[in-house]
Amino acid sequence: MKCVRCRAKPEVYLRAHNSAFCRSCYVEYFRRQVERAVRRQRMLAPGERVLVAVSGGKDSLALWDVLAALGYDTTGLYLAQGIGEYSTRSRALVEAFAAARGLPLRVVDFTVEDGGMAVPDVAALTRRSPCAACGTLKRHYFDRAAREGGFDVLATGHNLDDEAARLLGNVLHWQRDRLARQRPVLEPSHPAFVRKVKPLYLLSEYETATYAFLRGIDYVVEECPNAAGATQLVYKDVLGRLEAASPGTKAAFVREFLRTGQPAFAAEPTAPPATCTRCGMPAFGEVCGHCALVAEIARKRAASLHAEAP
Amino acid sequence: MRILLRPQCRTVDLSGRRTVARLLHELGIVPGTAMVIRNDTLLLDSEMVEDDDEIEVRAVISGGAA
Repeated sequence: MKCVRCRAKPEVYLRAHNSAFCRSCYVEYFRRQVERAVRRQRMLAPGERVLVAVSGGKDSLALWDVLAALGYDTTGLYLAQGIGEYSTRSRALVEAFAAARGLPLRVVDFTVEDGGMAVPDVAALTRRSPCAACGTLKRHYFDRAAREGGFDVLATGHNLDDEAARLLGNVLHWQRDRLARQRPVLEPSHPAFVRKVKPLYLLSEYETATYAFLRGIDYVVEECPNAAGATQLVYKDVLGRLEAASPGTKAAFVREFLRTGQPAFAAEPTAPPATCTRCGMPAFGEVCGHCALVAEIARKRAASLHAEAP
Repeated sequence: MRILLRPQCRTVDLSGRRTVARLLHELGIVPGTAMVIRNDTLLLDSEMVEDDDEIEVRAVISGGAA
């Protein structure tokens, strides 16, 4: 087997494409795939300021590396979620990545935001699952950081496996509203939103991991401790087995949904979000999910202090 | 050969020459869900691993709530 581009000894073989690449040709192939997705889906325009959500994992750091290499004006956004050693390690890796490349980085620390919103504390106080609490907080702080920083676009490292697993979950439960919004580009539905894009949506986790490895990106390999048993991992496992039996299945699943299914769901009328009376961000009630959570935490902390008082 | 499985941080000792594809099959790993690394180089499924090799098998799948 030889590299499809230069005939050198290959280091990566992509089953879905029946193609092998040497190290340098693979890096070039990956960047071109991202460039093509950005261009075809009109994700980014010249001169736009891009906020890249980075977790310290392979996908988001690979995305930041590619967008910076392609010449986009990027700033990283890291959310320090207060998840013990996992957060400490991932933050250190993100800061080292940014410093080594001279890229600007913003950090939002959950442990100090809104009176202290570390994910384990929020989950324990509200009896929510850590992933549910984290999801509500992440969406809010992403949107707020993008708006307050004056960015045009928020880019996330969602890959093909993420999108296929999300699609499978949405289809299994016929989440029509979620199917309507599952796109690689989400135009803002509220003045406080910016455009959201997923430039890696057609690149598999294997492809993003190999890119990160071959580029020498030091990423957090350990999984978030709260992810054990997560439903998304079950969906990914099922899809991985289907892919192994029939290479290209995941890409066809996502591509065909976006071509034929998603437009039908998006055509159904939906009400645009209102505005949160507390923070001014989008909300589907009087207050947004984040502000409702902050209020609930404040109430429970006050009740706890009251109960402990002599 | 010594196999380091990540992110589990577990090691497995095996003996005998075999292909990477065979190794992954014996470890119960679905093809395309892990990178196989030797001496800072990725290995293809068709390549051979030997008794004195130190191999890292690094899973590529990650994720939280759906």
